[in-house]
Amino acid sequence: MTLLISGPNGSGKSTLVKMISGVLTPTEGEVKATSDGNDAGPMLHAIIGLVSPHLQMYEEFSARENLQFALSVRGLNALHSGIQPLLEELQLKGRIDDPVRTFSSGMKQRVKYAFALNHQPPILILDEPMANLDSNGIELVKHIMVEQRTAGILIVATNDITDVDGYDQRVDLGKRP
Amino acid sequence: MGTTNGWILARGRKIADERLWQASFAIFRKDWKSELRTRYAISALVMFVISTISIILFSLGSEGASLSALSGMLWVAIFFAAMSGLSRTFVAEEERGTSMTLQLIATPTAVLFGKLLFNLVLVICLNVFVVLLYSAFISEFVVKTYSIFIVTVALGSIGFATAATIIAAIIARANTKGTLYPVLAFPILLPLLLTVINGTRLATEGAFFEEALGEFNLLVSYIVAVVTASYILFDYIWRD
Repeated sequence: MTLLISGPNGSGKSTLVKMISGVLTPTEGEVKATSDGNDAGPMLHAIIGLVSPHLQMYEEFSARENLQFALSVRGLNALHSGIQPLLEELQLKGRIDDPVRTFSSGMKQRVKYAFALNHQPPILILDEPMANLDSNGIELVKHIMVEQRTAGILIVATNDITDVDGYDQRVDLGKRP
Repeated sequence: MGTTNGWILARGRKIADERLWQASFAIFRKDWKSELRTRYAISALVMFVISTISIILFSLGSEGASLSALSGMLWVAIFFAAMSGLSRTFVAEEERGTSMTLQLIATPTAVLFGKLLFNLVLVICLNVFVVLLYSAFISEFVVKTYSIFIVTVALGSIGFATAATIIAAIIARANTKGTLYPVLAFPILLPLLLTVINGTRLATEGAFFEEALGEFNLLVSYIVAVVTASYILFDYIWRD
């Protein structure tokens, strides 16, 4: 399933994404996550992968260390063996153990994708998914989107709807009453 | 947002409930590794301790000071050194913009206990360093009842770490972090400071262990109260 959140700059796409991810508490209303009728809210951090311009990596650590840290915190140490192939798939081979502070903005964006995908999340949220990426990176992200929409839920927030090849539902924040 | 994947909930609940300590330890390990690479807190603490003890040493000169005054000066050195370094654990997350990353991957409770563990290790290292340096250079400071002194320093360290952690979490979002930290910390740490100073004085006067039990009860009560309040309040402080 794919949900597209669209709207012009300043319309609140990133704010909505932060609220869905559980990192921002809404001033009004509430975000509900359910699975088979049960509240899944308290464990959102374990089932969501997020790529956002507001999300920063630990720059003194390498890409591998950032991913290892996230898996350890989520209690998924069994997935450590998947870090190297994932980073290689994201075309970071040869730089996996370099500090993230030495990376270009495009490479940092690829590390964010690895960070969002390394726990195999059922829900993947992408805020401005193509930011800082070259043509190779854009193709890679399109491939990730196709895989995610068949495996789980994909939520994309963008002001350029051509970023997404089709969607099931759309929330247009530019058309608020 | 609803899904029919029951395994999602089962997996999330398992992680949330059973892996709290593993998550806390992972955050502690990350902070420690980061500190060893950047040396922000350790450098500040060491320089502050050396400066403070040098000033005390020069101020005393050849004149002696009472045991009460020497006990007080020991904890003044610890207090100001701690104020210069213990806020880093949360302030650094805000400055690097990684708070959101932590909010995304960890429960608030795991963050609280991970940061608390880091500050606890830092305070214990700080206190051992201060006590060794203080004992080496201030010859009048002689501990006669080691059991009282060790328990006082141990409970004082835990009390300092618990209070410093929650205060750091509160001030991390403020614009004037540097000045706000000692201002907010002083009234909260005052009961702890008065008690550990009294406990240290008893240790230097050669009191019996039983005579310091009142101080120890106070310190344990302080720690329990601060940890409980932190556990209840942290979710509101940590979430935007």
